[in-house]
Amino acid sequence: MSEHFSERDLQQEVSELETRSATAARLFDIRRIIGGLFVLYGVIVTIAGVVASDADIDKAEGVNINLWTGLGMLILGLLFLLWLKLRPTAPPPPAAVPGDREE
Amino acid sequence: MQTPTYLAAELRLPTNWLDYTILGIYFVVVLGIGLAARRSVKTSLDFFLSGRSLPAWVTGLAFIAANLGATEILGMAANSAQYGVYTTHWYWIGAIPAMVFLGLVMMPFYYGSKVRSVPEFLLLRFDRAAHLLSSILFAAAAILIAGVNLYALAIVVEALLGWPQWVAIVVAGAFVLAYITLGGLSSAIYNEVLQFFVILAALIPITVIGLKSVGGWDGLSDTLSQSHGDDFMTAWGGTGIGSDNPLGANWLTIVLGLGFVLSFGYWTTNFAEVQRALSAKNLSAAQRTPLIAAFPKIFIVFLVMIPGLVAAVLVPAIGTADSDLQYNDAIPYLMQQFLPNGVLGIAVTGLLAAFMAGMAANVSSFNTVFTTDIWAKYVVRHREDEYYIRFGRLITAIGVLASIGTAFLASSFSNIMSYLQTLFSFFNVPMFVVFIIGMFWKRASMKSGFWGLIAGTTAAMINYFVIYKQGIIGIPSDQGANFVSAIAGFVAGGVVMVAVSLFTAPKPARELQGLVYGTRSPGMAEPPAKGDDAWYRKPALLGWGAVILAAACYIPFSF
Repeated sequence: MSEHFSERDLQQEVSELETRSATAARLFDIRRIIGGLFVLYGVIVTIAGVVASDADIDKAEGVNINLWTGLGMLILGLLFLLWLKLRPTAPPPPAAVPGDREE
Repeated sequence: MQTPTYLAAELRLPTNWLDYTILGIYFVVVLGIGLAARRSVKTSLDFFLSGRSLPAWVTGLAFIAANLGATEILGMAANSAQYGVYTTHWYWIGAIPAMVFLGLVMMPFYYGSKVRSVPEFLLLRFDRAAHLLSSILFAAAAILIAGVNLYALAIVVEALLGWPQWVAIVVAGAFVLAYITLGGLSSAIYNEVLQFFVILAALIPITVIGLKSVGGWDGLSDTLSQSHGDDFMTAWGGTGIGSDNPLGANWLTIVLGLGFVLSFGYWTTNFAEVQRALSAKNLSAAQRTPLIAAFPKIFIVFLVMIPGLVAAVLVPAIGTADSDLQYNDAIPYLMQQFLPNGVLGIAVTGLLAAFMAGMAANVSSFNTVFTTDIWAKYVVRHREDEYYIRFGRLITAIGVLASIGTAFLASSFSNIMSYLQTLFSFFNVPMFVVFIIGMFWKRASMKSGFWGLIAGTTAAMINYFVIYKQGIIGIPSDQGANFVSAIAGFVAGGVVMVAVSLFTAPKPARELQGLVYGTRSPGMAEPPAKGDDAWYRKPALLGWGAVILAAACYIPFSF
């Protein structure tokens, strides 16, 4: 390597690594995890809201906060799963040709 | 930094098995993400930059989540309890313009030049001196901040849940270590996206019930105007030059110091943030990363400010000697007062997740800079790619252990730590001036970067530690002094860069292609990906939309 780095070397190195990168092909879709976790949390917290004691409701200024938060989380989780169903994970790009990143 | 260990009994949350179940599920999911992301790591680019392949909404939410650490959430609620609606400045003027600038103006150079880190850009634009200086300082600062985060987590967990500090430090450190070593940046980013939603699910109930308890926004506003004065509920009231306000800053230092220098320094050159955008799948997605983040940022202020204001109503003596509660306790106090088991578990999970994400953002940017910028360029060069993945995993482990060490140090020398933090924060300021001059002025010479960094940092430190701390000029508060020091550092860095450039050799024009405004690297232009020409994906529209929305948000709080 010479006294000052050539940016062309660095860019070549990164371009070369990009063509071998496996993230796009192998990384799972985070929407599934967010959806799953929020559905689970939503169900747990909604149940806590359904069986809430008067003390719980009084504590939260008369709001059944478990019920509302639980339902909110459940809806968010379902929306993520719906999004995943409507727009599934894009298929991995075909074996990459250098310079061609189109799907 | 605070050490309110004596608060333990008072703030202890009434958690039960339900809350711990919710927390336990989260920890399992965090590890699961790390394990599942592991198989996507094939090259060092996958490990350090997610192979530059993530979609914009993921990197955008990670961008905001990396900033939305628990110290930020608790700190901004504290700020609101102390200073009132002035807190909005840290969001609307102190973040949005800089985020939009990063996306619209700077990202083409960052992403287009294919650099893997912020220091690497300095290497291409300036020379090795600027590169090595910024790499080392960034790596050291990242470990320090990760450690301080871990220590803050330990204090809060001890107060809220009653765990001994060392248990919290070791458990949180071990989880962060596990999921970043396994899945690299992808795993850090995915966890940040998840944390973003969990922290919203925690803050929204606190805000809603808190508001209800004080009679809605009107009740809140009336009570605080009476007890703290009308200016407390406005953004700009009392900020005329020469007039007195609790923030200790006037509109000029707010706009220039906070809105321009400090915020541009943080948002556009802090690699823990920029790294999220560099992992996006193409230039359009990289540009949209900070722009997508800007919209939640505009509104998150309400979720931290309102709990702070509510706490100021419910505990009028908060932060004074008459109350055991400190400003930082605003959100934990409301959790304890209002949340029943269930939502309480979500809130505890959100807070812990935010602490871990704040730490993970620093660890995942530290390992990248240490491996690609320090190790692979100056110590062990030209090895095969697998070597650098192995080294990246090793240095992640070392980095986490070092921050655990820092956390234990912080628990005995908390003053030294907050002092060091201030010191490092001054380094961001000249970084910005060096970037901005380097990107827009071809003549800025190779040596000018290094000297600009040195001069700006020194000037900011002299202004803060000598001129302000010794009382040579009177600035009423630390915050105000921070703003002024930032301006001083910016000006000094800029002047020195120009002066050095005039006397030293410029970088040859062919080496500046794609790094300076008005140039392009040959063969770097990417065709727009399918669907990126949709109107709602136009960076300019998103960016200007965010700026206009933030300006409009000021209107109801300005009169």
